[in-house]
Amino acid sequence: MFASISKQVGGALIITRREVRDQFRDWRIIFPIIVLTVFFPALMNFTARRAVEFVERYGAPIVGDRLIPFLLLIVGFFPISVSLVIALESFVGEKERRSIEPLLNTPLQDWQIFSGKLLAALVPPLIASYLGITVYLIGVYYQVDWKPPAVLFVQVLILTLVQALLMVSGAIVVSSQATSVRSANLLASFIIIPMALLIQAEAIIMFWASYDALWWIILGQVFIAGLLIRTGLAHFNREELLGKEIDALNIGWIYHQFKDAFIGGSRGLFQWYRMEVRGAFIRLRTPILIMVLVSIAAYWIGSQQAQVFVLPVEYLSVRNPDQSLIQGLDSIRFFSVGGAGTVFLHNLRAIALATLLGLFSFGVLGILIMMLPITIIGYLAETMAATGLPPLTFFTALVLPHGVLEIPAILLTGAAILRLGAAMAAPAYGKTIGESWLAALADWAKIVVGLVVPLFLGAAFLEIFVTPRVAIWLLGG
Amino acid sequence: MIETRDLAKRFDNFWAVDGINLRVEAGQVLALLGPNGAGKTTTVRMLTSILRPTRGQAFVAGYDVVEEPAKVRASVGILTEHHGLYNRMPAMEYLDFFGKAYDLDLETRRARSQQLLQEFGLFDSGARRIAEYSKGMRQKLALARALLHNPPILLLDEPTSAMDPESSHLVRNSIRDLRSASRAIVICTHNLAEAEDLADQIAIIRQGKIIASGTPEALKKQYLGPAEYEVRFGATLNGQPINLPASARLCSMGQDWFRFQTNSPVEANPLILKSLLDQGLPVLGLYEIPRSVEQVYINAISAPQE
Repeated sequence: MFASISKQVGGALIITRREVRDQFRDWRIIFPIIVLTVFFPALMNFTARRAVEFVERYGAPIVGDRLIPFLLLIVGFFPISVSLVIALESFVGEKERRSIEPLLNTPLQDWQIFSGKLLAALVPPLIASYLGITVYLIGVYYQVDWKPPAVLFVQVLILTLVQALLMVSGAIVVSSQATSVRSANLLASFIIIPMALLIQAEAIIMFWASYDALWWIILGQVFIAGLLIRTGLAHFNREELLGKEIDALNIGWIYHQFKDAFIGGSRGLFQWYRMEVRGAFIRLRTPILIMVLVSIAAYWIGSQQAQVFVLPVEYLSVRNPDQSLIQGLDSIRFFSVGGAGTVFLHNLRAIALATLLGLFSFGVLGILIMMLPITIIGYLAETMAATGLPPLTFFTALVLPHGVLEIPAILLTGAAILRLGAAMAAPAYGKTIGESWLAALADWAKIVVGLVVPLFLGAAFLEIFVTPRVAIWLLGG
Repeated sequence: MIETRDLAKRFDNFWAVDGINLRVEAGQVLALLGPNGAGKTTTVRMLTSILRPTRGQAFVAGYDVVEEPAKVRASVGILTEHHGLYNRMPAMEYLDFFGKAYDLDLETRRARSQQLLQEFGLFDSGARRIAEYSKGMRQKLALARALLHNPPILLLDEPTSAMDPESSHLVRNSIRDLRSASRAIVICTHNLAEAEDLADQIAIIRQGKIIASGTPEALKKQYLGPAEYEVRFGATLNGQPINLPASARLCSMGQDWFRFQTNSPVEANPLILKSLLDQGLPVLGLYEIPRSVEQVYINAISAPQE
């Protein structure tokens, strides 16, 4: 068992050793690493000392105290930024130079080549980064007598590691979609821009000294890096690597693939519902289950927030609504077809936004958007409970009348978005990423067009015409 | 050793390979001929388990290319169309790296690398970086890489392209030497003379389909008709009639020669010779007109598609 694992890992390390050796023969990689390991930390030491002296002069030592840990983070980050270049060069560069084909002809497995390359892109910049951190820490210790708290030091080390992992795994996904280093570099902005935003967020946390929040940042990055590695592994297969020769967008093929998957063999609306929508629904069983569980969690999170963000009880009583409230409802277009249309369009916009964001985040952001109303319901139910309104009554009066259609629609949309994201990370066996994704997109379209839109339409009318009456009837005593 | 049954591969909206049936036994060399984009490389990639067939089956060294890809790849030595060498690596280190990837032990790696570098005249340059190699040297190194693990199956895509005549001769001799009772070789080439020189079997592929296959002789017979022979005389014929048996057909004739075709040269040629000698004609020689695979290829490729 151990011998077998060792042999498998050994296969990956063959690739790593070759690539690392190759990097050390390339001055374009070595030079920046040396500069960022030695010169840059020294520069940051100088900056730190000057900054501390400056802010102390004006009686604001806290700025210096916050700046030094932030610079520690930056010193760690700069060398690992090289890992992005190495990963692009290693994956797409080798594809472009055609040196990948002999490698793919060896008995090494896809995952061994993938992990070997991933490690090779990760390890040298990471070592450089840790060396830079060491140089910086020695410098600030001698210059301004600063030592990092142990937890912060560990956090920065882990953050550096996960950031490198995030960039490399992102670069691999980008590389899988490109056939030249040039196109990969263009696509790399999809990594660089979010990373820049992330560093800004970390900078704010560092200056705020909310170091505990860094753990959440680390957790989030580990999660995304895990998804990206999973996606990279799914894309890094011999078929994908050598089956695609040029970065061509075949609109005709995309259209036919989607159309075939969307319409299937059905010859009419009834048959389409019976065969295609039903089939898509069956394929969504697991994502639906996940959505149900996520909804329960969202409700719980919402209800917990009611104790954190407390609303004044005196303004919340909805018992015995008077005539003026009913007239007020009328003025905000309740009991009108126009109002139903507004609600319906709002829900369609929410689906569009959730799907769009889901596309760039393996479905995660899409689900978060779809879960937002559930969280709000949890929050309001708990808040209303403080006024003496039992959550069940609140739910029955204000949510259930239209929720009976709207909540299933939300769950179905979330499940379809989740499947779209999953198709990116784990394509169906025997299919390319493109084929898998188009099939998932067709399923999304079937569910949205066939079920979600009619459900939302019905829910909009119920919400405008029925829910207020039920609420008044139940809450009015 | 290599067998394909209705092997096919579809990319997006076209069939790159469409129902290929091949059989290459141990000891045989198959030349896969065809214009660019005919499906040769796709076929080779399916035979190395890199591309998954859309339809059909392929067995290489007894292993199914879909079910046992690692075993297939361990059994195949491949020279790809593009050498795909690592320019910053010295040749010796390069071979050592691939030896490791093929799971060869240190001793075997060293011995095989040295032997192959020596065989291809690269031993003295073994410590030089590949970037400094000429095109021909690179091709030889890529071939050495393909042979490193002594595979029972060899797939060679343009094995002598970019080589000078001397190097090409050396590589062709190596391929002849590599032909053994336990090895099957497939060569994809545009060099038809090379194909004729090396191959026992030829398959011509066009738009993903095999349009002609067989031994070079059988293909010549199929595409160029029966074998053609020429008889030359020591003096002009002066209008003397030529009597040919029914199994032979006169094709053309000149002052001191004539050509004929026959399906049964073993029977017809002695009869013709005897008849000419009986007539007292001064026969200088009777020999077969050489016909090339190139003519076969041109005829096959230019034939209208079914």
